[in-house]
Amino acid sequence: MLIKELTELPGIAGREGQVRSFLKEKLALEKLKLSVDAMGNMYARHEAKNTPLVMLASHMDEVGFMVMGYESSGLLKFAPVGGIDLRVVVGKKVYIGEEKTLGIVGAKPIHLQKKNERNKPFSRQELFIDIGASSEEEAKNKTKIGDQITFATRTEFISDRVMKGKAFDDRAGCTAILEILKSKPPVNVCGAFTVQEEVGLRGAGVAASNVKPDLAIVLEGTTASDVPESPEHRYSTTMGEGPAITLMDRSFLANQNLNKRVIELAEKEGIRYQLRRSNIGGTDAGRIHLVEEGIPTIGLSLPCRYIHSPVSLLNMDDWQGMVDLVTTILKDIAEGGFPLGKNY
Amino acid sequence: MERIIKKLTETYGPSGREDRIREVIKEEVSKLADEIRTDYLGNLIVLKKGTASEQTKPVMLAAHMDEIGIMITHIDKEGFLRITNVGGLTPARLIGARFVLPSGQKGVVFHEPLKELKELDLEKMYLDIGAENQEEAKKHVTIGDIAVADEPMVSLGNRLIAKAMDDRIGCVVLIEALKKIKNNPNDIYFVFTTQEEVGIRGAKTSAFGLNPGLGIAVDVTMTGDTPEAKKMDVKLGGGAAIKVKDSSLITSPIVKDKMVEIAEKEKIKYQLEVLSRGGTDAGAINLTREGILAGCISIPCRYVHSPAEMVDKGDVEAAVKLLVKMIEEKIDF
Repeated sequence: MLIKELTELPGIAGREGQVRSFLKEKLALEKLKLSVDAMGNMYARHEAKNTPLVMLASHMDEVGFMVMGYESSGLLKFAPVGGIDLRVVVGKKVYIGEEKTLGIVGAKPIHLQKKNERNKPFSRQELFIDIGASSEEEAKNKTKIGDQITFATRTEFISDRVMKGKAFDDRAGCTAILEILKSKPPVNVCGAFTVQEEVGLRGAGVAASNVKPDLAIVLEGTTASDVPESPEHRYSTTMGEGPAITLMDRSFLANQNLNKRVIELAEKEGIRYQLRRSNIGGTDAGRIHLVEEGIPTIGLSLPCRYIHSPVSLLNMDDWQGMVDLVTTILKDIAEGGFPLGKNY
Repeated sequence: MERIIKKLTETYGPSGREDRIREVIKEEVSKLADEIRTDYLGNLIVLKKGTASEQTKPVMLAAHMDEIGIMITHIDKEGFLRITNVGGLTPARLIGARFVLPSGQKGVVFHEPLKELKELDLEKMYLDIGAENQEEAKKHVTIGDIAVADEPMVSLGNRLIAKAMDDRIGCVVLIEALKKIKNNPNDIYFVFTTQEEVGIRGAKTSAFGLNPGLGIAVDVTMTGDTPEAKKMDVKLGGGAAIKVKDSSLITSPIVKDKMVEIAEKEKIKYQLEVLSRGGTDAGAINLTREGILAGCISIPCRYVHSPAEMVDKGDVEAAVKLLVKMIEEKIDF
């Protein structure tokens, strides 16, 4: 299964190579025109003569760590790349570098912790990665400074429709784009697989400058806060209630005219959707809509429970809903119903 | 001038929802403009053609139309509306404040019971529109609607208080300058920008499109003249403030010195502004494309980002005069 293969690949920001190669292989089968820019963003172009150009953007990178140094005992020091809650990483299996050396995130065991230490989370300085090496030299033979570290999480279904895995944010978006491109949409589509989103939305602006589309749709993973202790009014999205249409986040205020049409289409086609009801976080949409004189942009996202952790959950009905919704939008553009044009 | 300040400050227009304020401004400027257009981000771009026979680059003037507000994120069973901020808000300043929704429905912001006021944050606050239940509330509001403060402008003599002085007062300065200007050698674009309060966004795309030789923002600035205020040498009634620095811009000495020179020559009351925190459209213009010369004329304003922002009429008049004299000079790029 594509989403399993893709999410199990390592690819922190700046180390998207394996993800890109894998996608390249799959996209080449569809006879799409492929290119890669200086930052590493990959573009897959589908042509439909005399139609508007739509850019679909998802980022290839995931949150993870990087090897920063060694203890003389052979333990590895590391630093986060992207936002990870360090309280959830202790005891997790990780892969290090191209060779996928297996390691464990370790910390002082509970019976050696003083009473006050037990009441607070470990700081980064108190955590390390153990690859079973007995000396610094042995550790250096197996890994090197700057190697990427990703969670060694297997992707699998835990119920009929719900998958567990890492990096659904945003490989789920990448697979949705691939699915849409496969269906040969009736308009020009450039699938933009962007880099370095997790460290500050860096690839997307460059990608939009390259593509200069008439419309951009960002396909993302987002927080689902439908869990105990979170009052209903604080839910951002709810898993299983369909793809979420962004109203605003820290980087982006959605265009009302575009959102209105998206909602109309979803209701007409009977596609389940929800509104993303929180103003936190940022996505590639934040960069894309401000490129040059401004690019019409829509933000869609998939609710992922426990996002930015070693294991998150994704409902495949939500994923299918996103594919259906984008397909409907593309069809509507081809038929001239969608409010394109540079004016508000 | 009070008429137009009242009209502009009382109009609805939070970030991303500038439609109504844009129409109001359009009406004010339509007879004075050589060309008017709106770009994708919703910026209103008004051209006053230059008189010089040879035109190089234009001058861009920017004041933002948007105001801060609260977005509705949830409507509960009892009909209370949960909120989040659009732009920089201090929760305590919202307690008991009246807000109005795009539908015209009004309401009051309040909070859940608290042990101490310092527990207050937006997630414990809500907008009460007097609805008896969710169904009734939904007649007036949709998730994603943005409410703004509902306060009339009040004249205190030389001083005025209103919501959204930030930055409708800047819009007024641009409109008044457009009315007064007699001879501008360069093409001047008066740009009423969008989404400043959420990250200086409209100025970014409009500056890219216009590619001006010089950009001047007109916005409000803080003052240091209230009881126990943080030291800052800007005061209400001290004249137009010529920006030296804020967190988004270090004004090029070419622009700052020119403004000071003109103010001295024309005997316009002015003060120099060093703002430790905050940014304006000038910061975004400055970093557009290969870099654009930029400066800012500020209107001193007390209680910025509250429902009662106070300005001095004399300062506003000084800002208009300084801006007019600035753009009546021939600028060679």
